[in-house]
Amino acid sequence: VPRKGLIVRQRSLIAITAALAAGALTLTACGSRDDSAGSDSEGSGGGTTVVIGVDAPLTGDLSALGLGIKNSVDLAAKTANKEKTVEGVTFKVEALDDQAQPSSGQQNATKLVADKDVLGVVGPLNSSVAESMQKVFDDAKLVEVSPANTNPALTQGTDWQKTKTRPYKSYFRTATTDAIQGPFAAQYVYNDAKKKKVFVIDDKKTYGAGLAATFTEEFKKLGGKIAGTEHINPDTKDFSAVATKVKNSGADVVYYGGEYPQAGPLSKQIKAAGAKIPVVGGDGIYSADFIKLAGASGTGDLATSVGAPVEELPSAKEFVANYKAAGYKEAFEAYGGYSYDSAWAIIEAVKKVVEDNNGKLPSDARAKVTAAMQNVSFDGVTGKVSFDEYGDATNKQLTVYSVEKGAWKAVKSGTYTG
Amino acid sequence: VNELPQQLVNGLLLGSMYGLVAIGYTMVYGIVQLINFAHGEIFMTGAFGALTIYVYVLPDGTSMWIALPLMLIGAALVSTTIAVGAERFAYRPLRSAPRLAPLITAIGLSLALQQAVWAWYPEAKSARTFPEIPGGAFEIGSVTIQTGDVFLLIAAPISMAVLAYFVMKTRTGRGMQATAQDPDTAKLMGINTDRIIVVAFALGAIFAAVGGVAYGLKYGQIDFRMGFILGLKAFTAAVLGGIGNIYGAMIGGVVLGIAETLATAYIADIPGMDKFGSQSWADVWAFVLLILVLLFRPQGLLGERVADRA
Repeated sequence: VPRKGLIVRQRSLIAITAALAAGALTLTACGSRDDSAGSDSEGSGGGTTVVIGVDAPLTGDLSALGLGIKNSVDLAAKTANKEKTVEGVTFKVEALDDQAQPSSGQQNATKLVADKDVLGVVGPLNSSVAESMQKVFDDAKLVEVSPANTNPALTQGTDWQKTKTRPYKSYFRTATTDAIQGPFAAQYVYNDAKKKKVFVIDDKKTYGAGLAATFTEEFKKLGGKIAGTEHINPDTKDFSAVATKVKNSGADVVYYGGEYPQAGPLSKQIKAAGAKIPVVGGDGIYSADFIKLAGASGTGDLATSVGAPVEELPSAKEFVANYKAAGYKEAFEAYGGYSYDSAWAIIEAVKKVVEDNNGKLPSDARAKVTAAMQNVSFDGVTGKVSFDEYGDATNKQLTVYSVEKGAWKAVKSGTYTG
Repeated sequence: VNELPQQLVNGLLLGSMYGLVAIGYTMVYGIVQLINFAHGEIFMTGAFGALTIYVYVLPDGTSMWIALPLMLIGAALVSTTIAVGAERFAYRPLRSAPRLAPLITAIGLSLALQQAVWAWYPEAKSARTFPEIPGGAFEIGSVTIQTGDVFLLIAAPISMAVLAYFVMKTRTGRGMQATAQDPDTAKLMGINTDRIIVVAFALGAIFAAVGGVAYGLKYGQIDFRMGFILGLKAFTAAVLGGIGNIYGAMIGGVVLGIAETLATAYIADIPGMDKFGSQSWADVWAFVLLILVLLFRPQGLLGERVADRA
């Protein structure tokens, strides 16, 4: 083979390869892996079947949280069927996997809209995924209740700090927002933990960047100093360069806006680099997996999460017991209680619509359920469940947790009042 | 504190890992002109092989000094078996097919291996913790080196030296060089090229396995997707260093690792560049470097030394 020809071939091969690699990246992002994950809730009360859709990451890094959501919704549907909460209606759950990818979330949304039996959807976990789904659901007037999205823009518009306008009438959430969570964490870190110099890191995703911003604003207002900022690349596990920067910045605490698959190794590497300072995060790091990934040096790390600790709420006792009795393989995790309440809100709305229509589903059931959701009010697992004019939960409780002896321990509950 | 020495060490460590994986890309490319996109997954299965030995074979509480060699053997066995199997059943039947066929096969195999580990390895749906070498970090001046990194610092140069010796001095190594230069003539000279190709795949897999164990020790966790991005980076390192050249693979890896680390550490300090300086931009700068190198040296940093191709 002439050498010149070889080089030419080699180059075009590399070009083709690069194009294919990019294609492969996209493909893995779109491929839906576990379409049949939907579990059928047994029990047939006869009559009409109403499907509650679930969209959450059921595979991949965040699946621990996603499976907790799916199981909790399943439990709500089973409970409603058993107790015949809505006469003549049997609830079924259809769970789709979004792999925490906005593109998969949107495909799932389209799929759920296409199924005429779906009258409400619980999910998603990630705010960035919610952004891609909201319009699809709103166009179909299909109600969506998220147990976990905390980005304020989802309910109050991108300009929420100045003028609040609700972008989609069909979107509700039972979790409180980062507009409260970030400042709440800042107050705890500054006033209670007495840390004055923070290094702020985020993953540039909708959730992480939003949370880091609200934290930073309040921390500065309180008089704290920002020792440095950094945005990490969530595709890698090597944060050594960032850890070295943190160590040399002289910060006495790190705030991380993001999720546990990165937060765990990040915490570990910061401590390994010689900075023995706590890492503080939001509900995205409040998972048993964070503790596993952060290792022994993670002791003392802090997380805020929405609501009061489910295990300690009197209203949640029944849920915890029923969840256990149902024998789910996975724990209900951070959002179990909120997912159950989200599903129950849909059930309550369906009940109202059916009762107003002489015990039958009307033909425009989706629009009616969405309208009914605005006025839903009941005592749920996490306390009183109802929604304000933006679709946000009226329950604005938050709790600070700390890693102690290999488990999250509640340190302080409260709410941010400005 | 001057953080440059520490950042250089961070980059060197990251780069050595890229280099260990890049060797597999470059050797296979040098001999059969195939970009083995499943190589990142060979690296990943190696790490899971080591974990299997530690968690499911050895009794609980085995000292790392006994466990580590056995884990390396386990990792190498798993990686080599999969790589050689892939060569025999996926690539060899396509050896005379158009170039794109084996390339697509490689991508398919990469996805299949990821999904197989995801589906069948116990608790592999999220990250699994990897055993760590006990002991505190070493402080040399202002530089901190973790115990997990020491393995990489020792293993990478030793592996490189062994490989160089093998390729230059042994009969099989010289056979590899001959096959890389001209497979047909090599065959006429009595070299069993099929065997040489298997050896190239196996050697690449062993290096990937060492890399996989190093990854586990360094980060304390492994997951089914760890080979995908790292594989792409290693492939980039191989191109940067001059694909087909084994020294180039290691040098390309180290250059890439240091470039990423320095970009994370210092770009933000350049006035007006603070928006482009964080770690989320490090890959962009690494690829800018790749483009610059390829503009001026399309054959890569060491691409010209054809005689060393193996």
